Amino acid sequence: MLSLGSGGAKSTKPSFVSYVTPEEIKSEKDPSKQEKHPDLLPGEVEFCSANPILKYTQDDLSQRGVFGTLFCTNFRVTFISDERPLEKKAKTFKNKLYGENDIPLMCVDHIYGVYEEKRKPITGALVKNKNPSKMIIHCKDLRVFQFCLTYSKEEDARKIFQGIAHHCLEEKSLKCVFAFSYMGTPSPSPEMPRKQETIMFDSPEDWTREMKRTKANCRLVIENENFELSQRLPKYFVIPLAIGDLFSYQGKGLPIWCWSHYSGCALFKASFLPVTQEDGDFQKHLDTMINAVAHNHLYSVKTEDLSESLPNIQDIQQSYNKFKQFFLIENSTDFWLSDVKWFSSIESSGWLDIIRQCLQKAVEVVECLEKDNTNVLITEEEGTDLCCVISSLAQIMLDPYYRTLMGFQSLVQKEWVAGCHAFLDRCNRLHLKDKECHSPVFLLFLECVWQLVQQHSPAFQFSETYLTVLSDSVHVPIFSTFLFNSAHHRENIMKAESPLAQSGPLSCPTVWDWSVQFDSKAQNFFFNPLYLEKVKHDRAVRKPHKPKHQRHLSLPSSAFKTPLKKGFFKDEADSLKKMLRVKRLSRWRGSPDAPAATTREFYESWQNRPLDYHGLLLPYLDGPAVRVWMQRYLRWIPEVYILGGGSMAVMTKLMELQNQVQDLKRALEQRDPSQAAELDHRPYLQQRLLSFDSSGRLSSSFPFAYTRSRNFKPSIPIALMQSLMLTDSLACQEDEASSVVSFV
Amino acid sequence: MASAPIAPYNSSPLGNSSSPNASRESLKMEPLADVAMLPGEERVIDKDIIYICPFNAAVKGKVFITNYRLYFKNTDSETPVTLDVPLGVISRVEKMGGASSRGENSYGLEIICKDMRNLRFALKQEGHSRRDIFEIIFKYAFPLSHGMQLFAFLSQEKYEENGWNVYEPMEEYRRQVLPNSEWRVTFINKNYELCDTYPTILVVPFKATDEDLRRVAAFRSRCRIPVLSWFHKENHAVITRCSQPLVGMSGKRNKDDERYLDLIREANGTTKLTIYDARPNVNAVANKATGGGYEGDDAYQNAELVFLDIHNIHVMRESLKKLKDIVYPNVEESHWLSSLESTHWLEHIKLVLSGAIQVADKVSSGSSVVVHCSDGWDRTAQLTSLAMLMLDSYYRTLRGFQVLLEKEWISFGHKFASRIGHGDKNHADQDRSPIFLQFIDCVWQMTKQFPTAFEFNERLLVVILDHLYSCRFGTFLYNCESARDSNNVRGKTVSLWAFVNSDTSLYINPFYTPESSRVLYPVASMRHLELWVTYYIRWNPRILHQSPVEQRYKELLALRDQYLKKLEELQLSDSTHLTNSSTPNTATPNQHITHLQTPF
Repeated sequence: MLSLGSGGAKSTKPSFVSYVTPEEIKSEKDPSKQEKHPDLLPGEVEFCSANPILKYTQDDLSQRGVFGTLFCTNFRVTFISDERPLEKKAKTFKNKLYGENDIPLMCVDHIYGVYEEKRKPITGALVKNKNPSKMIIHCKDLRVFQFCLTYSKEEDARKIFQGIAHHCLEEKSLKCVFAFSYMGTPSPSPEMPRKQETIMFDSPEDWTREMKRTKANCRLVIENENFELSQRLPKYFVIPLAIGDLFSYQGKGLPIWCWSHYSGCALFKASFLPVTQEDGDFQKHLDTMINAVAHNHLYSVKTEDLSESLPNIQDIQQSYNKFKQFFLIENSTDFWLSDVKWFSSIESSGWLDIIRQCLQKAVEVVECLEKDNTNVLITEEEGTDLCCVISSLAQIMLDPYYRTLMGFQSLVQKEWVAGCHAFLDRCNRLHLKDKECHSPVFLLFLECVWQLVQQHSPAFQFSETYLTVLSDSVHVPIFSTFLFNSAHHRENIMKAESPLAQSGPLSCPTVWDWSVQFDSKAQNFFFNPLYLEKVKHDRAVRKPHKPKHQRHLSLPSSAFKTPLKKGFFKDEADSLKKMLRVKRLSRWRGSPDAPAATTREFYESWQNRPLDYHGLLLPYLDGPAVRVWMQRYLRWIPEVYILGGGSMAVMTKLMELQNQVQDLKRALEQRDPSQAAELDHRPYLQQRLLSFDSSGRLSSSFPFAYTRSRNFKPSIPIALMQSLMLTDSLACQEDEASSVVSFV
Repeated sequence: MASAPIAPYNSSPLGNSSSPNASRESLKMEPLADVAMLPGEERVIDKDIIYICPFNAAVKGKVFITNYRLYFKNTDSETPVTLDVPLGVISRVEKMGGASSRGENSYGLEIICKDMRNLRFALKQEGHSRRDIFEIIFKYAFPLSHGMQLFAFLSQEKYEENGWNVYEPMEEYRRQVLPNSEWRVTFINKNYELCDTYPTILVVPFKATDEDLRRVAAFRSRCRIPVLSWFHKENHAVITRCSQPLVGMSGKRNKDDERYLDLIREANGTTKLTIYDARPNVNAVANKATGGGYEGDDAYQNAELVFLDIHNIHVMRESLKKLKDIVYPNVEESHWLSSLESTHWLEHIKLVLSGAIQVADKVSSGSSVVVHCSDGWDRTAQLTSLAMLMLDSYYRTLRGFQVLLEKEWISFGHKFASRIGHGDKNHADQDRSPIFLQFIDCVWQMTKQFPTAFEFNERLLVVILDHLYSCRFGTFLYNCESARDSNNVRGKTVSLWAFVNSDTSLYINPFYTPESSRVLYPVASMRHLELWVTYYIRWNPRILHQSPVEQRYKELLALRDQYLKKLEELQLSDSTHLTNSSTPNTATPNQHITHLQTPF
């Protein structure tokens, strides 16, 4: 490793001085050394490469570099060091597809070129000009890479720079995404028993089972099997029983069932009707739809237009762009300078506030379902962005099944993948010029879930590491899960007769096949050691919920007990219907009834009961409770590594103890099975066995980044006084009122 | 009362709260008359009153005032609302409203507390009830202003352990392998003649004579000469502490002081002694005007001076005041982060921590350091004790932490009485400042960053802060050892450590993993520093308080122990089975374990 610059936090400047000339490096090189090449994935093709390239490292707070070769393939940008790897320690948490020096092309967020000490964002126009001396790559998973291009031949440097810029930034067709070249053989996953699989919601059976599980009284629509009804609607979906006419307005405005509360009321989502329709028709159709939803239970519905009450997707995009900048740190000086105004910077991006608003909205939905037992219909333009966020969040708060790993994955399938969230457009996979449609909506959802996980960790089977990995996987261009805009889009492209596929149907793995990325040992980090499993009496697939032992909160829906319901509306007078309709309309026309005030009551009644991790879960939303997702955002910044500390230190101990308990239990079972079973009812989880390298101390960024520096030096803040230039008189005062007694 | 049976009194340390959790605990106490009073505690008055709870509506109930506490219990509903407030915590009592003001509850009483809350009550207009209660609270909350004694001197509590024995200076110095060939123990301050704010036993360079010490004292503010705080057993580097040199406007020099600092440097062959001046540079310069100053380059040639930019007690006081404004009674909602930033509280924490990191880093790299501020009892104590916490794992144990506080804070004269204002009505006193609270906050930040490195838990820190104000124990009373001696604090009061050590299980961190040789370097970045919600916002029932991790871990520990016990029993029964076939154990195994079940 070559040390450049004097190092140390104090002296590092954004600009970079090398004391080693390229000639010296050349002569140092071992002539017999062979050229290195990356280990290519099946289907991966190398485009171009350049050597020597200096990659800056930030490991020990000093700017140093490693020489090596930079490659660009159809999957990734990769750097291979010239140095022989020091005894390669097996990483516990290794991604099989890409390593620490690999950047999947889709993961590249921005590229900057440094021209004469000035950093310029690279766009198509700049690529043609001369080479930058330094190339900085910001990744979507918040890693920052800095490569110095001046040591290699100018031609090579140009090629690699232009190649990377071209493949990462220019508009391309879906065909070029690596998933369509990837030839990975789907690995059988023997360790996962069949019953634990994620429900994909791509068959009528999956939907029927879900309806049965939640006791929904709705209708499964199979008329869209060939997307004749609409290409924007799921292949299969569920609607209220009362809807007869499916085909007007191309399925727009259809209330799509999301989830049913045990009381019978349900959550629906819908897109807007096209505005071009004549007023009368429009109103009539709208009324029909709302009536149909109301008909589902107690003739009541609350509708909520999310585009009015929540930020739109452009706002979300803008806010996130601002927010992430605070984590893309290029050097120590930047880090400490930005530390001074850290809190106000975070606030100014508005990102945490958007998270709070989404959680708040989900709580309002939950309140309607849980307390008022009214149906809820949420709407927005397409019905596949914030509707997905809010409906998924509400379901996680209400239904403990979605807090298990498999349940959560099924929820993402149900609401997002089968539910036609436009992943391709929102993630800007193809670098289309039209910036309007980019927005990290799915990430926003994961952020909200993370808030719940950190506030109520015993309620969740999955860990924050799982969420972080999931947020990374969105940008790994291998999985079919996040690659398409809709079910129709997916099917169209995946079909054999599609022009894209050359030989036979395309089969990309889904992201849920975690063995593609991680071995089973690493997958253990997805499980939350704090999870309190529910005592199960039989091991069958989860039964529909029995209301009596959860849902403590539901207030009795006084007059209308469920048993009465059936005959009641049919037989009894219309007058009651009318009365209810008036009530319903008044709600719907929606006084913007100060939500905070009404929700507060709901909150307090929830808070005053003992917390049941398998019952209703509400997020805390006050200032200190909504936090920055430290693991995701700070994991690559060496300045914040706490050696031997952080929450990982506790989690590690917890996992170790769990292993001990498991071992003891096994020992006991061998001796006397009946006794062991008496003591612990929780199902036996074979996968939880972890072994840690106890000799090496872990840092707070574990399992993502490892601290390699052997002689750890504390990071000492610089630029401390920047903000604390207190001008008021207090600062100049003496500590004591009386002046110092002089003895001389 | 005095002859009441003296059982260790176990009050819930966090019990003075209206939150649902705490009130459940205090349910054990029957209303009013049956409050478990401390030995020595006496009832003074009780009155019907309305507690205007900031989190709920007004609550009708009874207030009960003793010479130690204010206790409130509601009478109007099933859900209990209680307050249990030691009078020592009161900073100020005010009357609000009166005959001229309108509306109900117009005869109000506001009590401003030192522990981040205010209490508001309303009283009936009739019978001067407000005047009575106001006068009684005023008198008993500020006994020193009324010629009365602090409760610590009236308390008759008895504990098995004498908490005053926790810290024995000689024992602690021997633990640090002192005295040795480089450092000696001196009794020159036996009668507080060298320095009246220092303890009697001091450790100084071996080569410095008592006469040297006297001459150095003349050149240091309040005679607080550089003395040893901590000794690194491997590299023999030391942390020494003192006050500022009396340089003054004319830039006076003192050969003895210069030579003395050089003796500190020489002791382990440090090439350059590092002097950490805790103050901002400008303040150090400004101090010259009042006769103080700092060690100049030309006078102290073998020393390097570093300013740590920590602000003075007045800045800290204002900062905490601002913090209280944004967290009590309601947490600032819309602009939480920028409001928090504008208080600068965490920024001050960052500065103190990063100063201590620099001290610890210097010492562990083998160089001796001198730490001072102006007088060497506020910022200096923060820096030396935090650096020692980073360097020496002993101080991270429950006992060691008590020793650290006794040594660096109490014996070296942090002016607790002035900074807290125990029993004193003068709430606007400019000497008051939350310096010790700030230190405890820094410790809390460290425990958050290193959750396995400390033997004690957050609860201990909260209990320490509660009794910093309560005046129930003598530990934090008075400004220095000489004052404590002349008031016979050790003889007449109980130490907080007697109370704490009577039930240590409450304060043990289950994740503690001893690692003796390890230096802890917390990260002093705003990215990691966070507001100590469970202390500053603990009165607010709407804030998420509990961390389930500790609970979960304890459950698992219990489960492990049960398994171990079962296995042992089985092994035992196996062996007895060989000798005696009619063991009752094997006959009824199921009966035996039913009571062992855990509530999973």
